[in-house]
Amino acid sequence: MPKPLRYVNAVAQALNDAMAADPAVMLMGEDVAAAGGPFKATRGLLDAHGPERVRDTPISEASLVGAAVGAALTGMKPVVEIMFMDFVTLAMDAVVNQAAKARFMFGGQCSVPMVLRTPHGGGLNAGPQHSQCLEAWFAHIPGLRVVCPATVADAYSLLRAAIEAPDPVVVVENKALYALQGDIDVNAPREVGKARIDRAGRDATIVTYGATLYAARAAADRLAAEGIEAEIIDLRWIQPWDEEAVFASVAKTHRVVIAHEAVQAFGVGAEIAARIASDAFDDLDAPVLRVGAPFMPIAFAKTLEAAYLPDADRIVAAVKSTLA
Amino acid sequence: MPSSAAQADPIPANSIPTDRRLALHRTMQTIRATETTLSRLFADGEIPGFIHLSVGQEAVAAGVVGALGPQDSFATTHRGHGHVLARGVRLDLFFKEIMGRAGGICGGRGGSMHVADLSLGVLGANGIVGAGLPLATGSALAHQTRRTGGVAVAFFGDGAMAEGALHECLNMAALWTLPMVFVCENNGWSEFSPTSTQFAATLDKLGAAFGVPHRRVDGNDVAAVAEAAAEVVEAARGGGPRILECLTTRWHGHFEGDPQRYRNADEIAGLPQNDPLRRSAEALLAAGVEESALAALVDSVDAEIRDALEAARADALPDADAAFRDVYTPTTLTAGA
Ligand SMILES: Cc1ncc(C[n+]2csc(CCOP(=O)(O)OP(=O)(O)O)c2C)c(N)n1
Ligand SMILES: [Mg+2]
Repeated sequence: MPKPLRYVNAVAQALNDAMAADPAVMLMGEDVAAAGGPFKATRGLLDAHGPERVRDTPISEASLVGAAVGAALTGMKPVVEIMFMDFVTLAMDAVVNQAAKARFMFGGQCSVPMVLRTPHGGGLNAGPQHSQCLEAWFAHIPGLRVVCPATVADAYSLLRAAIEAPDPVVVVENKALYALQGDIDVNAPREVGKARIDRAGRDATIVTYGATLYAARAAADRLAAEGIEAEIIDLRWIQPWDEEAVFASVAKTHRVVIAHEAVQAFGVGAEIAARIASDAFDDLDAPVLRVGAPFMPIAFAKTLEAAYLPDADRIVAAVKSTLA
Repeated sequence: MPSSAAQADPIPANSIPTDRRLALHRTMQTIRATETTLSRLFADGEIPGFIHLSVGQEAVAAGVVGALGPQDSFATTHRGHGHVLARGVRLDLFFKEIMGRAGGICGGRGGSMHVADLSLGVLGANGIVGAGLPLATGSALAHQTRRTGGVAVAFFGDGAMAEGALHECLNMAALWTLPMVFVCENNGWSEFSPTSTQFAATLDKLGAAFGVPHRRVDGNDVAAVAEAAAEVVEAARGGGPRILECLTTRWHGHFEGDPQRYRNADEIAGLPQNDPLRRSAEALLAAGVEESALAALVDSVDAEIRDALEAARADALPDADAAFRDVYTPTTLTAGA
């Protein structure tokens, strides 16, 4: 039996194994090398792979991500870290106008095999500029792929999949999950766009991703105690998302709640709800409901953050209302 | 690490009157005692989130902010407590904010990294490295356009020199002759990395490229900072942007709880030898101030902090419905969620 790993160590292991497997893989980011990463997700990698392939960069997000695009167009497979997802705003040109479009606008001449890893999420009272969940922005950009590993096993295998994928992938980790313990399987399939049934059920479907998986599990336990069997789909990939898995579950349960930590308005849940409404309308016995954060910035104070984050209570209430 | 005194431009000694020096000393003492209190509160779990303290850097805050007039403005950084305190933010509102209470200066929504007091021209601490630079540039633009006579100051760390924002703002400020001072608090560290691994140029040369005059001072000598700041602030008022680089020392970790394994033990042990407060106290004693007067100053600052902390502890936690109301300014429009 392998020893259980922390989520953050599974990330480091995936980076290490990817670098060992492919000399084109390299890491760049602020304090990722000598200090082993602000969250220790790159610990030991400088020693293992040397300073050419594991680089500390200055605090220059726009240019470090832009440089990753250039390196990817010149034979490398860079994995860049943006310390908090909130700081990705500074690198948006590189991601949106360069990485996402190079293949298309150059007539298919090239791919941009790069990964941008970044942690999102609240729960640490880190305040309005260190807690945001911005993944929907990237899912909206043709040319990008977006993945949110929720488990330790996925932290490993989905990061490996992202690094192996030929196109730019935004890997969104949740910093509240970094200490989570679990096992990895280094031989697990590295699939792009495949969801996972986290818990089977017949009465309602909860579609979720990232740390909200754990709120969904708590909700499903409470519903089960009342005789309601909820099925949980851990989407894993936001772009592309697994329509087949979601529609199959809707065909079984006829009721859907989509839950995520990001702001509900104009979010990932809105897209999935709209697709269910247009493509699986006949399977539905109730309106599709969403559980997400309110339309406001996340605040620092404990009471404000607690009221903001979607929790099991809200998921339970939503599932019950689809059954009412 | 910069060895501050060695690299600084020479300053004419003792040209600041004693009562002015005492005021600067009191400001530094307020910052030191507040930061030390916050360090303890953080360790005891009374402060949520994370905080970056400015212990060892008090002379920069006291000297620069002390040189500003009431019409002036500034934007600061994640390590901004000292600047805000030096500007005279109400201590109880400050403590409430850092502790996430309803009565905080920002209603407990921002915390340590977002302390702001617009009534004092404080455009906020900032969670984004380098983000204060364009804010201060725009503030200077407003001073110029509105003919307020005001100057805007951008505080930034040595780590922020690598952000494009500094380079872009130097260019705009120079092009438009903005009344602006770029104040670099060079503490030699950018998180866990020494400045030498972060920035290939030097700030004086960078300024020269844009024609922006640069002055470098010993940032742990409050009199030197105060004199240099007074000079550059007045020069900027009519004459366009200036850079003031203050060589200083970060005593604590990057954030509270940072074990600083990346830092040489001798460097940490040597920090108190360059203590801006001790140096200021020695200068005051040499100028004839009684030891008892300095002790009384410490006591009175401590009493102020005790009262502010007591008020903060007694304050309620913020209410979520009230916070929601400030997402937009009330108008006849309603925003959809
Ligand atoms: C855009 C952005 N990138 C990275 C960070 C993370 N970060 C916070 S402080 C810091 C180092 C800043 O160093 P410096 O400017 O020298 O300020 P000091 O901490 O020394 O006061 C970094 C990298 C951030 N907050 N914002
Ligand atoms: Mg610094």
